[in-house]
Amino acid sequence: MTTFEVDGKTLTAKPDENLLQACLGAGLDLPYFCWHPALDSVGACRQCAVKQYDGPDDQTGRMVMACMTPVPEGARFSIADPEVVAFRASVIEWLMVNHPHDCPVCEEGGECHLQDMTVMTGHTYRRYRFTKRTHRNQDLGPFIKHEMNRCIACYRCSRFYRDYAGGRDFDVFAAHDHVYFGRHADGALESEFSGNLIEICPTGVFTDKTFSAHYVRKWDMRGAPSICAHCGLGCNTIANARADRLRRIVNRYNGAVNTYFLCDRGRFGYGFVNQPDRLRAAMGRGDDGSLAAIDRDDAIARLAALLRAGGTVIGIGSPRASLESNHVLRQLVGDRNFYPGVSAGEARLLRLVADILGSGAVHVPSLREMETADTVLVLGSDLPNAAPRAALSIRQASRGAGIARAAAVKIPVWQDTGVRNHAGDTRSPVFIATPASTRLDDIAQRALRAAPDDIARLGFAVAARIDPAAPDVPDITEDLAAAAREIAEALLAAPNPLVVSGVESGEESIIRAAANIAAALRARGKTPALLLNVPECNSLGLALMTAGEASVETALARRASLVIVIENDLDRRAPAAAIEAGLAAARLVVLDHSDSPTTRRADLVLPAASFAEAEGTLVSAEGRAQRFYPPIIAEGGIAESWRWLVAAARAAGLDACEGLTTIEAIAAALAAAMPRFAGLPAVAPPADFRVVGSRIASETRRYSGRTAIDAGRSVHEPMPPVPADSPFSATMEGHHGTIPPALRPVFWAPGWNSVQSLNRFQAEIDGPLKGGDPGVRLLEARPDATLRYDATIPAAFSPRLDEWRAVLLPRVFNDDEQAGRAPAIRDRAAPPALVLNAADAASLGVAAGQPVSCAIGDAREDLAVEIDPALPRGVVGLAGLAQTAHAVPAWLRLRPAEPKVS
Amino acid sequence: MSTAEHDPASAPLDPALRETIATLRRESETPRAAGIDALKAVQKRHGHVSDDHLAEVAALLNMTPAELDGVATFYNLIFRRPVGRHVILLCDSVACWVMGATAARNLLRQRLGIEPGETTPDGRFTLLPIVCLGCCDRAPAMMIGDDLHGDLTPERIDAILEQYR
Amino acid sequence: MAMVDRPLTSYIQPGRQPLDIAGYERAGGYAAMRKAFGMSPERVVEEVKRAKVRGRGGAGFPAGRKWEGVQHGEDAPRHRYLIINADEMEPGSFKDRLLLEAAPHLMIEGIIIGAFAVQAETAYIFVRGEYVLAMERLSRAVAEAEARGYLGADILGSGFSLTIHVHGSGGRYICGEASALFSALEGKRAVPRTRPPRSTTSGLWGKPTVVNNVETLCCVPSIIERGADWFLGLSRSATEGGTKLYGVSGRVKRPGLWELPVGTPLNEIIEEHAGGMREGYEARAVLPGGASTAFIMRETFDVPMDFDSVGKIGSWLGTANILVLDQRRCPVGLLRNIEHFFAQESCGWCTPCRDGLPWVERILAALEAGEGAADDIELLAHHVDFLGPGRTFCDLAPGAMAPLRSGLKFFREEFERHVSEGRCPWHDTAEGWA
Ligand SMILES: Cc1cc2nc3c(=O)[nH]c(=O)nc-3n(C[C@H](O)[C@H](O)[C@H](O)COP(=O)(O)O)c2cc1C
Ligand code: SF4
Ligand code: FES
Repeated sequence: MTTFEVDGKTLTAKPDENLLQACLGAGLDLPYFCWHPALDSVGACRQCAVKQYDGPDDQTGRMVMACMTPVPEGARFSIADPEVVAFRASVIEWLMVNHPHDCPVCEEGGECHLQDMTVMTGHTYRRYRFTKRTHRNQDLGPFIKHEMNRCIACYRCSRFYRDYAGGRDFDVFAAHDHVYFGRHADGALESEFSGNLIEICPTGVFTDKTFSAHYVRKWDMRGAPSICAHCGLGCNTIANARADRLRRIVNRYNGAVNTYFLCDRGRFGYGFVNQPDRLRAAMGRGDDGSLAAIDRDDAIARLAALLRAGGTVIGIGSPRASLESNHVLRQLVGDRNFYPGVSAGEARLLRLVADILGSGAVHVPSLREMETADTVLVLGSDLPNAAPRAALSIRQASRGAGIARAAAVKIPVWQDTGVRNHAGDTRSPVFIATPASTRLDDIAQRALRAAPDDIARLGFAVAARIDPAAPDVPDITEDLAAAAREIAEALLAAPNPLVVSGVESGEESIIRAAANIAAALRARGKTPALLLNVPECNSLGLALMTAGEASVETALARRASLVIVIENDLDRRAPAAAIEAGLAAARLVVLDHSDSPTTRRADLVLPAASFAEAEGTLVSAEGRAQRFYPPIIAEGGIAESWRWLVAAARAAGLDACEGLTTIEAIAAALAAAMPRFAGLPAVAPPADFRVVGSRIASETRRYSGRTAIDAGRSVHEPMPPVPADSPFSATMEGHHGTIPPALRPVFWAPGWNSVQSLNRFQAEIDGPLKGGDPGVRLLEARPDATLRYDATIPAAFSPRLDEWRAVLLPRVFNDDEQAGRAPAIRDRAAPPALVLNAADAASLGVAAGQPVSCAIGDAREDLAVEIDPALPRGVVGLAGLAQTAHAVPAWLRLRPAEPKVS
Repeated sequence: MSTAEHDPASAPLDPALRETIATLRRESETPRAAGIDALKAVQKRHGHVSDDHLAEVAALLNMTPAELDGVATFYNLIFRRPVGRHVILLCDSVACWVMGATAARNLLRQRLGIEPGETTPDGRFTLLPIVCLGCCDRAPAMMIGDDLHGDLTPERIDAILEQYR
Repeated sequence: MAMVDRPLTSYIQPGRQPLDIAGYERAGGYAAMRKAFGMSPERVVEEVKRAKVRGRGGAGFPAGRKWEGVQHGEDAPRHRYLIINADEMEPGSFKDRLLLEAAPHLMIEGIIIGAFAVQAETAYIFVRGEYVLAMERLSRAVAEAEARGYLGADILGSGFSLTIHVHGSGGRYICGEASALFSALEGKRAVPRTRPPRSTTSGLWGKPTVVNNVETLCCVPSIIERGADWFLGLSRSATEGGTKLYGVSGRVKRPGLWELPVGTPLNEIIEEHAGGMREGYEARAVLPGGASTAFIMRETFDVPMDFDSVGKIGSWLGTANILVLDQRRCPVGLLRNIEHFFAQESCGWCTPCRDGLPWVERILAALEAGEGAADDIELLAHHVDFLGPGRTFCDLAPGAMAPLRSGLKFFREEFERHVSEGRCPWHDTAEGWA
C-alpha cells in the first residue's frame, strides 16, 4: 500500500494501481471514458485530468491524466484545482460537439455514462455553433443496434472487441473527427461476445436490439439478480422485467465469476421467456385424447390422483431445473425412482465429472482465477462454442507472459497499449487439442487436431510425462510423444497450470486423461486447476445429487406406470424408439415452461416457471451454488415445479414433501441429506431477510406509471402483489440502501446511473463486491484427498473404410434448448451441418454445401457438408446437432443425398 | 508521365500482382506490415482499392477486411473509391496558400469543371487537395501521378494539363 | 570536392543527378564509415554527443544523448532498429527532400554510422509517400551500397551487419511523430504511443529503437571524419554545432534552401540569401520552422536561428524552414489554413485534438467569412490553453496551437477587425495569385 494525497485528503493505493483506480476506489468522483477496469488505461479521452504536484513546495503543479499516472508514495494531487475542473468540462464540451441532442429518444438515456460525466463535470451550455458531422449506421445483425452519431471515440468498443475478446470483424476506420467504429460492411457481428459492446460503450452507440423491440427505461423495470440459464458456467445476470415481460438481460458483476462480461447466448437467449409457445395454463388430456386447458386445482387434483393410484412412479429431473425442483421431485418419487434427465452417455460423463471434482483432490478454478493461469491445456473442448465465457478467461490468461515481459522493462500492467506493444506475440502457452478448429486457436502455442481417442491418448501421455508413475500410452507415435512432452514441460514450468476439458468432449477417456494430468501435476507438488465443463445451468448440481448410471434411458427401461418429468424434453435425451417403448404403458406428467414434443405427449401438463418467474439454486461447473430470483411475479397457473409437486403431494395425502414449502426449507433438507450440499443454506440470505423490517425493493425509486400499465382495464392502482416467500418486495417500496450482493437487483449510485456505477459496489476497483462475491463453492480441494490414476487408455484411432466416427461439434447459437427458442438467437444459429476433412469429402464425391445423407440414432437426415481442413480423416463432425447428443459417439455411414425431386 | 490506364477494379487480382503481394509479405517482419505496400501495389495497377481487392489483399496477408480497411482508410494516399486516370494532388498548405493556391484551385475547378474530390466525366482527372508537398520554395505546387509541378501560374497549369491525356 | 564548411550540401551539384556511389566515394564519401568501424560504438556516440547536434526533425533533442539512451552490454535486448524519419510533412518544410533526392549516399553513410553507434541491425527509411523521386534514388543507392558490401552481413569485416529498408508512407502527418511512426511501420493505424516506455527501450515491435531525422543523420559522417571540434567550429552558436539547412518560402525574391552555420540570424537569411522581399511586399512576421512554430515579428528578426535563441523569444526553431507572412496576406486566413491542416491530420485518438481542432478551424473560417461572433476570440484562447502541451496525447495539437497562440497575441487587432467589420480586411486579395 502506498499513501498519497488528493486535495488534502490522505488516501491509500495498491502498488500496481493507477491514480484513477485509486481515486475511484476511495469513493471520489473523477470522470473517465476510455479507461475500463478490464481494459485498463490508454489515455485517449483526456477526461480524467488532475493536477500533480512535484513536492511539498510545488504550488502550480502540472496536469496529468489520472489513468496514466502511477501513485508513488507521498504523491500529491488535486481533483478540485480550478484549471483541471475547467479542462474536464472542456473535454465534455468537445465530445458534445458532434453528439446529437437525442437523450429523450436514446435508449441509453438514464443509464448513460456520458450523461453522468456531463453532469459530473458541470458542462451545460453549448458554445459550438457549427454543423455536426453525421455518420451512416450499420446493420450489425439481430443483437446490436448501431447509432454512430452518438460516438465519443473513446475506443473502448474496438479495444474490447478486438484486443480483449479476439474478434476480427470489427475495427476503427478513417481518422481525425471522422473516426468510425464498426464493421467493414453491414452484417451480423461474428464474435459471440458482441453483446458486451452494449455495456462497454459509455453512450448509446451500441444498444440491445432485442430490448429495443420492447424498450423500457432502466428505472421502469423490476430487476432481479439472476443466473444465466444457457450454459454451465453460472454467469451472474440481472433480469429486467416490466408488465410480465422479460425485457432484457444485463451483466451482473461477480468478481469471481463473469466479472463484466457475458456471452451473446446468455445475453440474448432470454427471448424464450416471452415466446408464444410458453405454457401458461395447466392442460389435461380429455376423453377425446386431446390436451385442453384445465384450472390449477383440477390439475393438482389430477396429479394427486395419479400419485395415489399406485404402481411404479418414477421422476425424471432436469439439468436445467433448480436444485430445489429436482430435490422435491426426488423426495416425491423416492431416491431409487429418481433419474437425472440426461442421456445415457451424458449421465456417464457427468458421473465421472462429479466423481473427479467431488474427490476433493483437484482445485476447480473460478472464471476469474482462470485468467491468472500461466499455462493452459484444453483437452477436447471447443470452448468458444460450448462455454464461451471460459474461452474469454483463457484468452486473458494467454496474455500473462506478455504482461510479464512488459513488467520486466517497468511498463505498468495497467498501461494497456504499452504492454500490448511490448508484448507483441508473446503469449503464455495455451495448448488446444480438439477434433475441429476452434475460435481460440489464434492464441494457441499449438492447436492439435485429432480424433477423440487420440486426444485422450495425448492427455494420458502428458500425464505420464509429468509423473512417470502415471500409466503411459502403449504404441505411442513419435509425434504424439513429442507433443505430450512439450505440453508436460510447459505445465510443469507453470506456477499456475490449468487443464480444461468437459462433457462436450463426448468421451469419458478424455475426461479421465484430464484428471490424470491434474493428478500427475499434484504428484509433482503443484496445485493444478481443473475445469470440467458441463453443458447446462444445473448439470453439475444434478450430477452431485445423483449416483450410479441413472439416465433417461434407464428410467424408460423401468416401464413405470407413472412418469413425472420436470423441465425436460426427453426427445433431446433418448432415441424416439426408446421413448415410445418406455412410455407406452405409462401415464406421463410433464412440468415445463414451453411447449415441446414431450409436453405434447403428456397426459397432464403443468406450466412450470422459467428462470424469470422462479427462485432457485443452480450449481455451476465451478461447483458454485448460486441463487436466482424472479423479476416476473408469476400469475395465473405458472409456478416453480417444486410448488406444483408439493401441492400435489399434499393433495394426495403423501408426506414425502412435508415441510418443503420454501426454498430455504428445501435447501436445508438437501444439505441435511447430502453433506456435499452443506454450504447451500449460505448461498443467499433467506426469504425472510429484511432490513429494518423492510424487504428489498425490486423496482427502482423512480419506477413510473404503475397505474398506467393497467389503465386499459382499470384506472385504480392495483394491489401490488406480495411475493410469497421472498426477500424482495414486488414494488419500489422497500429497502434501497446497502444490499447483500446476492440480492442486488440493480447497480445504481448517486451520480452514477450507468453500469459504471459498479465502482461504488466493489470492495476495491476490479475486486470482489463489497460484502463478498455471491455464491458458495461446494467443491473445495482438500489437501488429504487423492485421485487415483486411470489406466483405461483407448487404442489409437483408426479410420474405417466406409464409416465415419461421429463427434458432436458444439455451436454457440444452436445447442441450448432454451436459448434456441429466442428469435434473435435463432437468427444467428447456423444450419446444422456435417463437417468433414476435404479429402474425406472428396472421397464421398461431395463438395462444401452439398447434402449428405446419414442416420443419426434412429433418425435419417440429409445435411449440408462443411469442410474443415484440419479435421482428422475418418471423423465426421455433427455441427448444430446438440439434440442428437444421445446418439453420439457412433459410427455413421454417409452417402451423397439423392437430389430432391420436386 | 507515370500515370497509366487503370485495370478494372472488379476482376480478381492477376497472378503477378498476387505474387508481388506474397513477396512483400515474405519480406516484411509481419504480414500486416506489408499492408500499405500491398495496397499501393494494387492501387498502382487499378487506380484505387476496391472492396473486392481489399478483401483479396487482406486474405493474402492473413488479415480480415476490417483489419486492413481500418488501416487503408486511415491514410491519405490509399484511395478507396474510383479515381480518374490522372490524380491531381493540389497542395493546400500554408506556403502554397500564401503563394496563391486558392487561385490555382479555382483555375483547376474552372478548367476541369469539377470540385475538389470529384472526377471529370471523361474519367481523365480527379482533383484532390493534399497537404504540404515539401515544395514550398516553388509554391504553389501540385502533383499529377508521380510528377511534381511547382511554380504554378495560369499559363503553366494549362500547359501541364495538356501533357496528361 | 572537399567538405569544407558545407558538410550537408557539398556533394550536391544543383541541377544534376545525385552522385552515384563511385562519384560519392571519389568525393571522399564512405571514408567516415570506414573510420567509424575503427572506433568503438561508444566512441562514435561520444563524438556525436560532443558535436552538439540537436535533432533536425524539429524537436531539437540532442542526437548524442538519444543514442546514449540505448542500453548496451551483454544482456541488453537484441535486435534494435534505427529509423530515419523522412516523413517531412510539416507545412512549410522542404529540406529533407533535398538531401534525400540529391545526396542519397550521404544519407546512407549517416545511417550506417548511426546504426553502428547504437548497434542496430535493421534500419527503416520512412519516406513520405509523395516523395517518389527520393524513394527511387534512395533505393538505387541502397542497392549500390549493398553491392559494394557496405550493407549486409559483416560489413567490411567489421563484424557489424545492417539491412536498410526504404518504406513509403501511406500518407499522414502524424506518421512523422516518432511513436506513431512505429505503428505505421507495423502496418497499423498510425496512432502515437505513450511514454514510458521510451522507444529506446520498447519501440518498433517492442524492440529498442532510435528515430532520427534525415538531416540529423546527414550531419554524422562529417562529425566522424573531421571530429566534433571541427563541427562545433562551423556553428555561430555557442550551444549547438554544425550547419543547418535553412529555407525560406513566401513572397521573397529567391525562395530556396541554403546550408549555413547554425545560428545565422533570421534577417540575414531573408535579406542576403532569399534576396529580401519582392517588390511591393513587406515582411510582417515569419513562422521560423514550420506550421507548428510561433510567429516571430519584425522587431526580433535579428534573432540567431538556433534552438535556444529562437526559444528565448517565445518561438521554436522547428525545421528552420522559414515562411514569411507579408502585409498582403491575412494572418487570420493563414491561421485558418494551418488549423485546417492540423484538424485534418489529427489521428483521432485523443479528444481535445480530434474534436477541438475542427472547432478552431471553423471559428477561424467563420471569422474569415465575416461571420465571427463576439466570443470567438475568447473561444480560440480557450483552445490555445487547453490544447497546449501536456493536455493532449501527443505534440500534434500543442504544435497546432503555437502559431495560433502567438497570432492571437500579435494580430489581436486583425482578429477583432474581422468581427467588428463583419468581413476579412484582406478579402480583395485573399484568393489572388502571388
Ligand atoms: C505531429 C508530429 C510530426 C512530426 N513529423 C516529423 C517529420 O515529418 N520528420 C521528422 O524528422 N520529425 C518529425 N517529428 C519529430 C519526431 O517526433 C522526432 O522528434 C524526430 O523525428 C526525431 O529525430 P531528430 O531527433 O533527429 O530530430 C514530428 C513530431 C510530431 C509531434
Ligand atoms: S494530439 Fe491526440 S488526436 Fe492529435 S494526433 Fe496526437 S494523439 Fe492523435
Ligand atoms: S480515462 Fe484517463 S484519459 Fe480516458
